[in-house]
Amino acid sequence: MDRKLKEVVLENSNTIVQMWLEDVNKNRKEDISSTISDELFESTNREFVNVIFACVEKQGLTKDLDAFSERLINLGWPLSYITDGLQSFRRVTIHFILQESEKVDTDNFTVILYAVDEWVDPIINQLVSQYSGSWENIVSLQRVALQELSAPLIPVMENITVMPLIGTIDTERAKLIMENLLDGVIKHNAEVVLIDITGVPVVDTMVAHHIIQAAEAVRLIGSTCILVGIRPEIAQTIVNLGIDLSKFPTKSSLRKGFQTALELTNRKIISLQETDQEIGKLLDSLDKE
Amino acid sequence: MDFQSCVTIQKEWDIVGARQMGRNIAKEIGFGTVDQARIATAISELARNIYLYAGSGEICFERLETIDRKGIGIYAIDKGPGMEEVSRVMEDGFSTSGGLGAGLPGVKRLMDEFDIVSEVGKGTKITVMKWIR
Repeated sequence: MDRKLKEVVLENSNTIVQMWLEDVNKNRKEDISSTISDELFESTNREFVNVIFACVEKQGLTKDLDAFSERLINLGWPLSYITDGLQSFRRVTIHFILQESEKVDTDNFTVILYAVDEWVDPIINQLVSQYSGSWENIVSLQRVALQELSAPLIPVMENITVMPLIGTIDTERAKLIMENLLDGVIKHNAEVVLIDITGVPVVDTMVAHHIIQAAEAVRLIGSTCILVGIRPEIAQTIVNLGIDLSKFPTKSSLRKGFQTALELTNRKIISLQETDQEIGKLLDSLDKE
Repeated sequence: MDFQSCVTIQKEWDIVGARQMGRNIAKEIGFGTVDQARIATAISELARNIYLYAGSGEICFERLETIDRKGIGIYAIDKGPGMEEVSRVMEDGFSTSGGLGAGLPGVKRLMDEFDIVSEVGKGTKITVMKWIR
């Protein structure tokens, strides 16, 4: 029975393809993928239906299917295109077979349903698992990329290190910040560490708590932590929340914090031109004598 | 009650989602940057409480409009373990999780109106409101 059904479908593949194309095109208007050109949509449909038929004929998954789905994933076609397409194929095929059958009773109908499901389901499973596999891959890659960005430590000059923080701080990141901060302080032999929170959108009690802990830990290993980049609105919310940040110095901008850091390490910035002028003055006064 | 928009809190990153939605709504209503930061911080505290203590819950937003003023209403609803002594959690420095203990009293100071209803074993509902001055 199953073989016979397959023969019927394969012999009349042209009719089914035509029906399928009509069905897919009809559903396309509601689709968001309107940016795709008509020719591309048409040719992809043809390829899709060929791949489906190849799978049905061989009674299994083919390499063409893998290649096809990989191309779709790379081009960024929505998964719904594939699932809608296959659902439509199921609909059309069952409809066609029922039309061709001379007699339709319940048993017959069940057999047909099962047979078509057996063709379509493995394809759907394969394609969906490929799609979700590629998403999982992307997510894990992005997580790694984010982690690399999450707590950078920059040794700007001898004994002074900066940690610029951008974006939301969650528990995992707070842990990383603490570890990197302490490792970096020891590694770069930093006397002063500047934590820059200009890019942190919200400072709530949890973020503040983690920063206080990090600063306290830095103090324990003998260095000073300066919190910089506190925007006015953040300052107000910190006061409203009643968070005590008086245990370590804070500054509004990285520049001011850096100046404090230089003072703490007994250094200052001297502009070269001014010293040139001073030397010139000195020479002038020598000339006069 | 019919809320305009709600965010389900289940993962830590849902806190960020709730915060962003709240900030956008606050911006649309016409709050200034300082009040936006206050509202975002308050949402962050409420959502984090749900995440830490109840496991899951919801943050809902409502646009408030009366004849003479506009504002935002935020509702944090969970079906968690609830709190035995509501008055204690409103004290500064009280925390069961080793945090700063500034969360709920802080939220009260950040917002204009604050109401908390909690029943042990049933859950907690916190209502806060902020008006444009």
